[in-house]
Amino acid sequence: MIVDFDRIELEEVSRHFGRRRALSRVSFTLDAGQVLGLLGPNGAGKSTLLAIMATLLAPSSGTVRYGARVAAEAGPELRGRLGLLAHDLHLYPELTARENLRFFARLYGSPEPEADVDAALAQAGLAGRADEAVTGFSRGMRQRLALERALIHQPRLLLLDEPFTGLDDASMAALIERLKGLRELGRLVVLATHDLDVAERLVDRVVVLKDGRLVADEASPAELRQRYRAYVG
Amino acid sequence: MFLRVAWLVLRKDLTIEVRSREVLYTTAFFAVSCVLVFAFALVKEGQPLEDAAAGILWIAIAFAGTLALGRTFERERQTETLRALMMAPVSRPAIYVGKLLGVVTLLAVVEVVLVPLVALLFNLRLSSAPLLMLGLLAAGTVGFAAVGTLFAAMLVKARSRDVLLPVLLYPITIPVIIAGVRGTVALVDPAADVALAQMWLSILLFFDVVFVTLSLWTFEPLMTE
Repeated sequence: MIVDFDRIELEEVSRHFGRRRALSRVSFTLDAGQVLGLLGPNGAGKSTLLAIMATLLAPSSGTVRYGARVAAEAGPELRGRLGLLAHDLHLYPELTARENLRFFARLYGSPEPEADVDAALAQAGLAGRADEAVTGFSRGMRQRLALERALIHQPRLLLLDEPFTGLDDASMAALIERLKGLRELGRLVVLATHDLDVAERLVDRVVVLKDGRLVADEASPAELRQRYRAYVG
Repeated sequence: MFLRVAWLVLRKDLTIEVRSREVLYTTAFFAVSCVLVFAFALVKEGQPLEDAAAGILWIAIAFAGTLALGRTFERERQTETLRALMMAPVSRPAIYVGKLLGVVTLLAVVEVVLVPLVALLFNLRLSSAPLLMLGLLAAGTVGFAAVGTLFAAMLVKARSRDVLLPVLLYPITIPVIIAGVRGTVALVDPAADVALAQMWLSILLFFDVVFVTLSLWTFEPLMTE
């Protein structure tokens, strides 16, 4: 089954952990070619929401639709259209950059894993250090490699959890340009971040969460800082 | 596809272990230390306590296995790579099988050291039916690791995983350990009872089928939640 979609739609999504409510009736939609900023203070429910959108966590109630399908209907094929870059980078430090990318390219069933790995290494600017173990890389290098790992199967929906943490200005600018490039390619990008400056420069829409509830869904991120303070207090 | 994914995960785990040798060294040293301590306690004037060797062998395998399971999944936890595996568009039971084979391979290497050591210190006769002995060890290791891999993966996110793993694992795998011990006793006894050892091997194989089937069935829903 080929699974593809141009829109993701969340309807009244809630998630409880025991008696603790992590998300409460969150609804929004995202279309292809958009970068959505997911903002909110610590504990607002951003990571839980990303995990639900990544199909790693089932919602307690509500539905997430990927095009016309929900995750349970689409099966493992849907996961082949999703990419996740979390705060922890999902890389094996003992393996080299090439081995990390090769492992995930093969896991995702790439027909030409070596070509995909070479392209990803070039995109990350790590072609010259491809055969070095990741444990010796700087945070910025790991972050670039992790992003290419998340993109190696060319996902339709890319979920990013605080991807700018620990990056210097040059690495941050490069990552912003890479994400703008993905937007041009018609991908759907969800970016959970605390960094309002980055959000203003990059995102097309902003969703603000507080205590698991959606408190704002705005089309324009301009002058976001003032309004964000009003939303989260 | 299923076997290809299992092989990818296994090869990745073995490559990491060959580079770091972290789990192998800690597990092997722990198992050898365990056997040496028992040898000092239970061997008097070159004569070991009757039937003690089989128990000590399987206790060392169980304890070393628990250590290996914990360390293997701790590695996936530290870098959150288990989540990346769960995100892949592949059968999640295939990932389980790959992890299981990694743990079994690691324990097999430890047993290569452990079994001759126990034989040497406790005057075990391993020559009566070596293939049957190999079968008991393989079936017992698979049974123990099948349950252990499932629990270790489940507990990756739990704060008290180091306590919970043995608490959950040992009661369920007790039948495997008992079958392993009784089968080994039947084989290494001066009057070796091959038929009895074969019966215990059959029981172990039955446990393996049950445990692996249940683990394959429950791995996906458990890991999704």
